[in-house]
Amino acid sequence: MATAIAEPTGRAVIEEAHPQSFLRKYLFSTDHKVIAAQFLFYTLFFLMIGGLLAVLMRQQIAWPTEPLTLGGILPETMVAKATDGAYMLPEFYNALVTMHGSVMVFLAIMPMLVGVWANFLIPLQLGAHDMAFPRLNMLSFWTMVPAGILTLASFFVVGGAAGAGWTLYAPLSARPDLTGVEMGQILWLIALVFVGLSSILGSVNYITTVINMRAPGMTWFRMPLTVWALFITAILGLLAMPVLSAAGIMLIFDQTIGTSFFIPSNAAGDALSGQPLLWQHLFWFFGHPEVYILILPAMGFTSEILAVGSRKPVFGYKAMVWALISIAFLGFIVWGHHMFQSGMNPALGLAFTVSTLFIAVPSAIKTFNWMGTMWRGNLQLHSAMLFAVGFVAMFAIGGLSGVFMASTPVDIYIHDTYFIVAHIHYVLFGGSLFALFGAIYFWFPKMFGRMMNETLGKIHFWLTLVLFNVVFFPMHGVGMAGMMRRIYDWTGYQHLEGIGATNQIITIAAVGLFASGFLFAFNFFWSIWKGEKAPDNPWGASTLEWSVPSPPKHGNWSEIPVVYHGPHEYSHPDVTDKDWLGQNERPDVVTPAAGSH
Amino acid sequence: MDWSLPPNFSTHGDVIDQLFWIILGLTGLAFVLVEGGIIWFLVRYRGTPSRRAHYTHGSNRLEVVWTVIPAVIIVVLGGYSAMVWDDIKNENKFPEDALEFTVIGKQFEWNVVYPGVDEVLGTSDDFEVRNQFHFPAGENVIVNLRSEDVIHSFFIPELRVKQDAVPGMDNIRIWFDSREPGQFEIACAELCGLGHYRMEASVTAHARADFDAWQASQVAENGGE
Amino acid sequence: MAHAAAVNRPPERGLDVYTQKVGMWVFLCSEVMFFAGLIGSYIVLRFGALENTWPEPAEVLAVNITAFNTFLLICSSVTMVKAFAAAQAHDDQGIKKWLLATTLIGAGFLGVQVYEYNELINHHFTPSNCVVVRNGVEETCSILYGSTFYTMTGFHGFHVLLGVICLGWATIRAYRGHWSGGNSRGIEILGLYWHFVDLVWIILFTIVYLI
Ligand SMILES: [Cu+2]
Ligand SMILES: [Cu+2]
Repeated sequence: MATAIAEPTGRAVIEEAHPQSFLRKYLFSTDHKVIAAQFLFYTLFFLMIGGLLAVLMRQQIAWPTEPLTLGGILPETMVAKATDGAYMLPEFYNALVTMHGSVMVFLAIMPMLVGVWANFLIPLQLGAHDMAFPRLNMLSFWTMVPAGILTLASFFVVGGAAGAGWTLYAPLSARPDLTGVEMGQILWLIALVFVGLSSILGSVNYITTVINMRAPGMTWFRMPLTVWALFITAILGLLAMPVLSAAGIMLIFDQTIGTSFFIPSNAAGDALSGQPLLWQHLFWFFGHPEVYILILPAMGFTSEILAVGSRKPVFGYKAMVWALISIAFLGFIVWGHHMFQSGMNPALGLAFTVSTLFIAVPSAIKTFNWMGTMWRGNLQLHSAMLFAVGFVAMFAIGGLSGVFMASTPVDIYIHDTYFIVAHIHYVLFGGSLFALFGAIYFWFPKMFGRMMNETLGKIHFWLTLVLFNVVFFPMHGVGMAGMMRRIYDWTGYQHLEGIGATNQIITIAAVGLFASGFLFAFNFFWSIWKGEKAPDNPWGASTLEWSVPSPPKHGNWSEIPVVYHGPHEYSHPDVTDKDWLGQNERPDVVTPAAGSH
Repeated sequence: MDWSLPPNFSTHGDVIDQLFWIILGLTGLAFVLVEGGIIWFLVRYRGTPSRRAHYTHGSNRLEVVWTVIPAVIIVVLGGYSAMVWDDIKNENKFPEDALEFTVIGKQFEWNVVYPGVDEVLGTSDDFEVRNQFHFPAGENVIVNLRSEDVIHSFFIPELRVKQDAVPGMDNIRIWFDSREPGQFEIACAELCGLGHYRMEASVTAHARADFDAWQASQVAENGGE
Repeated sequence: MAHAAAVNRPPERGLDVYTQKVGMWVFLCSEVMFFAGLIGSYIVLRFGALENTWPEPAEVLAVNITAFNTFLLICSSVTMVKAFAAAQAHDDQGIKKWLLATTLIGAGFLGVQVYEYNELINHHFTPSNCVVVRNGVEETCSILYGSTFYTMTGFHGFHVLLGVICLGWATIRAYRGHWSGGNSRGIEILGLYWHFVDLVWIILFTIVYLI
């Protein structure tokens, strides 16, 4: 094989000189910062859609036998209209359950963690002019667009949107005759294939950029933890998404061209039959790494914001990196823990319990290191920091509740109950979304050149924290009482008699939580136009992106910076004029070799 | 408000509940430690312009401590869970004397095949009753779970039983009991279509004599074919 | 790692491989997982099938024709290597010749595959139907055989098609002199992809047609 040194980077700088048309600049831009912003608007929109679906669903759960408020404006395919109001149909409820999960995971949280921040931060934090493959990067955004359109369209086709759950368990998902959903399911699966393609294109880009385009001096263990997290996430996406794509395509074939990968041909299970459990194995082989795709970047943002907000280096940087790597590795060998009660050989359950419980170890390491970062710090409680601290506090709950289901005997009882719903939301909302809000408050000035309003930001934080806990903490209790997931009406069950009031409180708080999102949205859009002009480095942060103007110009640097220090150097005793030390300044100051202590 | 586990009637349930409370204790302790620590740090180290943060990159000793302690707890918990799991799920440990039923899930009902008076499935005195599961309390019960269409999940909260019924799989068996007579329900715990929410069947654990009487009445009703 | 006062340091060494090639390697890792998903499903379904429902390959498929096709694809890998060597050696005529050869052989492979599909479908072997003739009597077999067969070979064929399109484009560029002067990177990257597709076929041929 021919060897060559890394590509000289200079193209982006040349491009900068050309004036660009509006279309090239904002719509079909290859600038990683513009693409990141496109992803941000896209994902915020779908975050709102996902939230709306959740609120509708919650109303049905709280008052299962009563008509929907404003149900009259919904079409007949979603509600049954009676004289005293419009009642939600079970098919619409199933669609809500399915599409809330699907939209949040695939169109909101995942692309917001990766599409937005991997794009924005990797080149800026590594000191590169742009991504390795800018045009591929643009393509990865534009493949998300049809996914979004198909998803929205699926609500209005005959039969409504997909209704077999976001996990798409076959044969329910594969046989339209058993759900009444035909087109909606296929549209969603096609959307999923687009999401997979986008994610793979993105991952190729991020991985290549991290491997080959680091600025001089930016050694592996001088990379900011955000970049580490996004890098590992990209590897997970690269290896997990294609398996989902393959499975999704097989499921499409089951529905359209008469194959039977996942459909047993009859109840007796004769020789011709496909295997429903094969779907689950494929789905969760993807699905568990996906869980980490959804949390690792959040861990990266949190580590970074906590260091900046505490004015201290990240406690145990190397331990943090190794914890990320081991979580990612373990993520590929634990998928069976979603299937303890699935009919899978119980002996396999043993192996999956052990590997699953071991994920608690790196998670604990991370949590304690975050606390170590705050310890003896000089805490600056701006909105971004509040959300980062909130992440640690909420992720801890989500992590701890995970121990219950990892213990197989306990999982027998809590599997498929609201306990699981509580758990996943503590991880995905209390975890991922808190960190995402933190990241938006933190990097907004760099992205748009203006500051977000701090007062509104703090109000948003406290509203979110309180309402989030009022919504999701009681779900542990409802789950303990035995409430099954995804039920349209629980009133027929004797063991669920006592949960009505709790469910109503949850729903009321959920509406408030949804509404508090609009406070954020107002702050966000208002600040884009009217926010205070942002300085280059509003938080006194040490990573490279803060050494360029806010927002950085096309190509980021006129000259590639040289890196001398680790990524999170705060309150260094030899630096007296300020309490931070940029990665690319003061080569004379001695900082510890990457992460040793 | 009802935020607790429903009353337990089964032998397995004792261990499951015990494990639940043990984990709640351990995680509760960790919860207090972490959340308390965070709040304490927020108050104690709240920023002031006059102070400078303590400059440190971490401590290898602490890293080892907070790696080893969770790991040890995990190993013990995992080992104990595995033993309990094996006792409940390992078919080699299923009791010989258990009374066997077949339960067939289909959209949206549970059909129970009874072994009849001879207490053996697959004989001519078997009979089937829709959405009613009767069995003798205080005796071991084994259910062969089948599904005719999609995946359903057989869930009886008070007996701490949950198991998916998978179409095409004819080897799923579960073992449980109810130590005392009681009236419960089978709920479906796996989304199985439009009627998922109403896929429930009544469960009655009878004293033995009552069970025999009920069975006799069923046989009489069915003409004893 | 302190006191590093050097001013003009070279970029951090990545893999000492140019970026596009790293990108292709990374992309191929993803492709490996895609085919692993399909092949893994095939293995699970085949070994989960009851005896005698899964036909012997030779009962349904024309193994000889496909063996010839496999040979074709291996040849195209050789011509691809030749094209790259020519590009490195500044041999403009060689580039054109070998790229054209690779494109044509790849297209030939596709042609044979289309012919094969056509024949199979005429014999009622489709993704949702399976018929074997045993002792002159038609018997049904597991439709999963057809489901997996068409999915795996179909997706491989799709990859060949993409490859042929790129090769055709590269050939046109060759005639315009794009690859002259040692500009061999594009050909090398395309070659990586092409060899990968070839390798996948050898695995598929073995497990679908031979075993
Ligand atoms: Cu998982
Ligand atoms: Cu159900």
